[in-house]
Amino acid sequence: MTILIDKKNQVTEKIQPKGFLRYFSFSLDHKVIGIQYLVCGFLFYLVGGTLASAIRIELTSPMSDFMPRDVYNQVLTLHGTIMIFLWIVPVVNGAFGNYLIPFYVGARDMAFPRLNAVAFWLIPPSGLMLITSYFIDGAAQAGWTAYPPLSITTPQSGQIVWILSVLLLGGSSIFGGINFIATILKLRRPGLKLMQLPMYCWAMLGTSILVVLSTPVLAGTLILLSFDIVANTGFFNPVLGGNVVVYQHLFWFYSHPAVYIMVLPAFGLVSEILPIHCRKPLFGYKTMVFSIMGIVVLGLVVWAHHMFTSGTPPWMRLFFTIATAFIAVPTGIKFFNWVATMWGGKISINSAMLFSCGFIINFVFGGITGVALAQVPFDIHVHDTYFVVAHFHYIVYGGSVFVIFSSIYHWFPKVTGKLLDEKLGILHFALTFIGFNLCFAPQHWLGLNGMPRRVAEYDPQFQFVNQISSLGALFMAISTIPFLINIFLSVKNGKKAGDNPWKALTPEWLTSSPPPVENWKGEAPLVTEPYGYGSDNY
Amino acid sequence: MTTINPKKLENSSNEDNGHHEDFRLFGLITFLIADGMTFAGFFAAYLTYKAVNPLPDGAIYELELPIPTINTILLLVSSATFHKAGKALLKKNNVESQKWLLITAVLGISFLICQLFEYFHLPFGLTDNLFASTFYALTGFHGLHVTLGTLMILIILWQTRIEGGRISYKNMFPFEAVELYWHFVDGIWVILFIILYLL
Repeated sequence: MTILIDKKNQVTEKIQPKGFLRYFSFSLDHKVIGIQYLVCGFLFYLVGGTLASAIRIELTSPMSDFMPRDVYNQVLTLHGTIMIFLWIVPVVNGAFGNYLIPFYVGARDMAFPRLNAVAFWLIPPSGLMLITSYFIDGAAQAGWTAYPPLSITTPQSGQIVWILSVLLLGGSSIFGGINFIATILKLRRPGLKLMQLPMYCWAMLGTSILVVLSTPVLAGTLILLSFDIVANTGFFNPVLGGNVVVYQHLFWFYSHPAVYIMVLPAFGLVSEILPIHCRKPLFGYKTMVFSIMGIVVLGLVVWAHHMFTSGTPPWMRLFFTIATAFIAVPTGIKFFNWVATMWGGKISINSAMLFSCGFIINFVFGGITGVALAQVPFDIHVHDTYFVVAHFHYIVYGGSVFVIFSSIYHWFPKVTGKLLDEKLGILHFALTFIGFNLCFAPQHWLGLNGMPRRVAEYDPQFQFVNQISSLGALFMAISTIPFLINIFLSVKNGKKAGDNPWKALTPEWLTSSPPPVENWKGEAPLVTEPYGYGSDNY
Repeated sequence: MTTINPKKLENSSNEDNGHHEDFRLFGLITFLIADGMTFAGFFAAYLTYKAVNPLPDGAIYELELPIPTINTILLLVSSATFHKAGKALLKKNNVESQKWLLITAVLGISFLICQLFEYFHLPFGLTDNLFASTFYALTGFHGLHVTLGTLMILIILWQTRIEGGRISYKNMFPFEAVELYWHFVDGIWVILFIILYLL
């Protein structure tokens, strides 16, 4: 229910569907939209996971016997695109952002509720369009990067659908970003200062700045690419005098910040979860804020480290190596702050906490390989090998997806009023953590020994390690089962959570579970110290 | 360090009943920054091409200055007339405001006509060479913005009518939004003119 002001300035209440139906409606309630994002994203995660399983089954043998090579290319393109644009980006930004940010700033909804609903409803059609392209004329085959000339020479209809779909998703992302910036900067409850906001607000502010500055560049680039495909222009086609490296520059100007768009909100979410389950204030609030903003600024000027083998001149290599190495500083500050938050705290070992700890371990590992990859000599050796695949899965799966699961365990009681089962949760964590590391750790070795990525066939000497990796993928696939059982059982007859099962201080826990339509029955509470744990029985 | 418990939360007396100040313009500015970044990407691509991709032998890429100069003047004047319309509206003079808006719309349409005239008289087509493609992509994308802007000016022109119009000095937002957008499109044109025609 949202308050609309009609032209005679009378307040009218727009009636929205009630009950379960509202999740299928053009609802303007930020909590409903958050859940829509989450469930929609999770369904796409299942699709992307199925595609990942197909890839891992194919790679158990050195020959392409499970599926033809061109189908393999389509599968890996769809897997990458779905996981990035339809699962991680919408969920860490859209889902948790929409649900939590209005609470954190003490507002009753986002700044632009209708824009918010539009941003969500762009996602299901573009996702379905992307997946259907596989069944109609074959999906795109050029990988999620869609590098020309590959993307120009592979079958065109799939590539065009891919571009359209990514353009729509980019639009959705920009609308979301505009909304978050306005909500955080302008919609704060009177009396609430910026430096009193929970850390997730800062993470979302930084992320939204990146979204607004970099996504449009990708949109422009893809429009030019589509001209190359349908109108026979030569922007990126060397045969017609174009320049492929320009595409790479423009593409990575978005797609490197996209890494931070996927992982900065995860940083924010972890910073919310750790203090609550360790009963200690978040260590180094100010340094956290500055490192987020540092990552935003540096994140915009490191893109060419993806292109060290694209004939980049030496000065460019030097600059981008150094800039990339600098990103390790704010990231390292955040890592040590999390560890210091846990240090000496009363840590409760529950599923949310386990997933957060899993995140810290995986992310540090992915971060270290990232610093290694930023060094030109090393990068040239492992470029386009499985080392890179292992590295970015440690960041986006071991980082972001672990945090998504952690957040689901943490906020499920708030959203539904029921607790999730801890035994199933710990089983879920164990299977995910073991499966994930079993799947991706060996791929570092594969990459160092020269196994190229994105190819259906490989040298038979890599078969055994690939089979270990596939076994890990099997564990990850199985890990979804206890999670889904847990969700369904707990929604039906889980233990009542009460309003504040974790005894948390952040504003979303200071209302009923699930929260009422406009978040608070009375006034919004003013929480100036969201991390004041450790005294007064808190 | 003082700890705030839920039990002793501060409550301010500032209950807003669902009303809050209007930050639609703030949202629009954020959107225009995003839109500007799209152009920035195009400009960056064009300048890179200029630096590293020489025009092949025999390729024709010649631009005449008169029409784009007229176009620059048209758009700059239209920004001023739009501003005039806003001032008139603030003085509650809707008819005067509509007059200036009409002039602005006519200037926008003349810009588009000049642009099409230039397109039809250029010695190169969209796919002739890299620079031709970039030229049409950049001016076309900007022309799309001008087209949308002109349509929006015509809409607010209709909405500024005295009987039954939604826009007046009391409700300036649609007017201000279109004005901001129009100034933005003009600014982009000036940059485009410098980079594409003068450099």
